[in-house]
Amino acid sequence: MWEYTDKVLELFYNPKNQGEIEETAEQNVKVATGEVGSIACGDALRLHLKVQVNTDKILDARFQTFGCTSAIASSSALTELVKGLTLDEALAVTNKDIANYLGGLPEAKMHCSVMGQEALEAAIFNYRGIEREVHDDDDEGALICTCFGISDTKIRRVIRENSLITAEEVTNYVKAGGGCGSCLATIDDIIKEVQRESALEIAAPASNKIAVATKIAPSTLTTVQKIALIQKVLDEEVRPVLLADGGDVELYDVEGDKVKVLLQGACGSCSSSTATLKIAIEARLRDRISQSIVVEAVEPLF
Amino acid sequence: MQKNCIYLDNNATTKVDPEVVEAMMPYMTDFYGNPSSMHTFGGQVGKAVKQARQQVAALLGADDSEIIFTSCGTEGDNAAIRAALLAQPEKRHIITTQVEHPAVLNVCKQLETQGYTVTYLSVNGKGQLDLDELEASLTGNTALVTIMYANNETGVIFPIEQIGLRVKEYGAIFHVDAVQAVGKIPLNMKTSTVDMLTMSGHKIHAPKGVGVLYVRRGVRFRPFIIGGQQERGRRSGTENVPGIIALGKAAELEMLHLEEATKRERKLRDRLEQAILTKIPDCEVNGDPTQRLPNTTNIGFKYIEGEAILLYLNQHGICASSGSACSSGSLEPSHVLRAMGLPYTILHGSIRFSLCRYTTEAEIDQVIAVMPDIIQRLRDMSPFKNDQAGWLQAQTLAHR
Ligand code: FES
Repeated sequence: MWEYTDKVLELFYNPKNQGEIEETAEQNVKVATGEVGSIACGDALRLHLKVQVNTDKILDARFQTFGCTSAIASSSALTELVKGLTLDEALAVTNKDIANYLGGLPEAKMHCSVMGQEALEAAIFNYRGIEREVHDDDDEGALICTCFGISDTKIRRVIRENSLITAEEVTNYVKAGGGCGSCLATIDDIIKEVQRESALEIAAPASNKIAVATKIAPSTLTTVQKIALIQKVLDEEVRPVLLADGGDVELYDVEGDKVKVLLQGACGSCSSSTATLKIAIEARLRDRISQSIVVEAVEPLF
Repeated sequence: MQKNCIYLDNNATTKVDPEVVEAMMPYMTDFYGNPSSMHTFGGQVGKAVKQARQQVAALLGADDSEIIFTSCGTEGDNAAIRAALLAQPEKRHIITTQVEHPAVLNVCKQLETQGYTVTYLSVNGKGQLDLDELEASLTGNTALVTIMYANNETGVIFPIEQIGLRVKEYGAIFHVDAVQAVGKIPLNMKTSTVDMLTMSGHKIHAPKGVGVLYVRRGVRFRPFIIGGQQERGRRSGTENVPGIIALGKAAELEMLHLEEATKRERKLRDRLEQAILTKIPDCEVNGDPTQRLPNTTNIGFKYIEGEAILLYLNQHGICASSGSACSSGSLEPSHVLRAMGLPYTILHGSIRFSLCRYTTEAEIDQVIAVMPDIIQRLRDMSPFKNDQAGWLQAQTLAHR
């Protein structure tokens, strides 16, 4: 028996906003519908949104779900979350928001929350008349999991959005790998690639999402201040990105311009990622503190 | 913990009979001697184990010396398969079915990686085997045919003796996983074609952690667990004495109750099944309606998903089980129902009710009373309403 939160059970036994929204003759109101999943896969959701045309506001949301307890609760949660939002605001709702609203879902059921987010996206794209082929880049990628019809673009997206680090997690989130299992090795490769890409992102300030810290002239720093600043940059700018990819970095020592760090988790596991990270972290510290900084990765002592 | 539930999941496990508990208790407290010991204290325990062996042998229509106590059904299946292969190292072919328990299927899959060829016999829509397919697969290279007596999910009974006759013609060893059949249908190993047979205690009102592997006298056997000389060297390890005593008592009670309990269970099962089929549209029984265990019914409810049904049943204190993916750790629905080629509309919404001699009429009536509403509530929520639904038609199946 799965461990469900009280909120999941409450919304399962007493679902809110279940049903359809009929096309309406009301002026300035339109109904948007999004369908995802399939009976073959065992989960399907049809989401209906009643939209106020001039304000883009979601006046009402209803769902029809084929699926298990968490699929029904996730659908119900989704409708509660988006009511009252504008379509743009609704587009920012993620599967994490759905899971959080429910007080969490069993890991193996996270795909139910992903289905909710996808149905929302599908409804809004349909409403806006955006061709699915153009927008649904999930269908553009190479098919990785033939059992569940999942492409590499979709896998990459959930890895990034949910900071997934193992193939098992990918299976929990999008089902890929949960059938015959023959795609699991490819999923592992995709995870590594995504991790490599995000490590490189740290090294490319132009494309970086992290806010730029204030620069302090290195010449005015005392040793203590310098160490504190290195620690600050590592904590605020480097670690979040690494943590998101299942890795971590710890400041080990500072000798003049030599900064020694311990790489952990996914970051410490292979030699090429160690090299990438050394370069990435070094670039960040040089940018923030001093061009003469050299980063060295030290082996952890057991 | 919920105690007073309506328990209709007896193919998963059963309640330990109070008489069984009573029989085993002294062996957990006062009589703790090791049956292998030379002293009287151990000796009396040894005698009790001997009696349990006789009780189990009687249930199977076997000889005491053909009974090996194991820890569970899985161990019995594993031991039988390995023993059969070790005894005939020159043969490299195994025949089994697509609908076996994982205790057989996963061993076969592992053996494939070790150079064995495995034929997985298919089943038809009723879950039955095609004996011609079996015949065509048998060769002089076939070391082992391992086929279950009755399926745990649908209750479908395979024609074991007919299969056995064919297997014998080719000189292969015939193992039968009878975990679901023992105590539900009469067995007599004396007149049987079966060489080895697995059973498990907790499916017949004994506790978990004890089982039996029957090995016909004369069948060459290589042990799976090696150590001391317990079980005449065929299964080493100090005996689970309380479990064995319990199993002996449970076997004795099964013999006592078999005929009348089977009749009662069949009647109640049919009543449940008929009521559901009449009161609820768009549902059907999965499996062979005639060649089936008397205590099992597996019903597919179209357009809704099994785990959701189970949870609603649970709210009413009713325990059943589902072949849907979402109720299990896996993401794929039951391999048994898939092998039967059931349509997806049925596959995900299948529920198994399995009865036992404790099941009452009032309990069955309670299930009948709540089912229509549960199914209706979930169908109201479902986007799929009938097979003609546009969306259902438009589904390009992502699956094979
Ligand atoms: S191809 Fe992905 S699980 Fe089978």
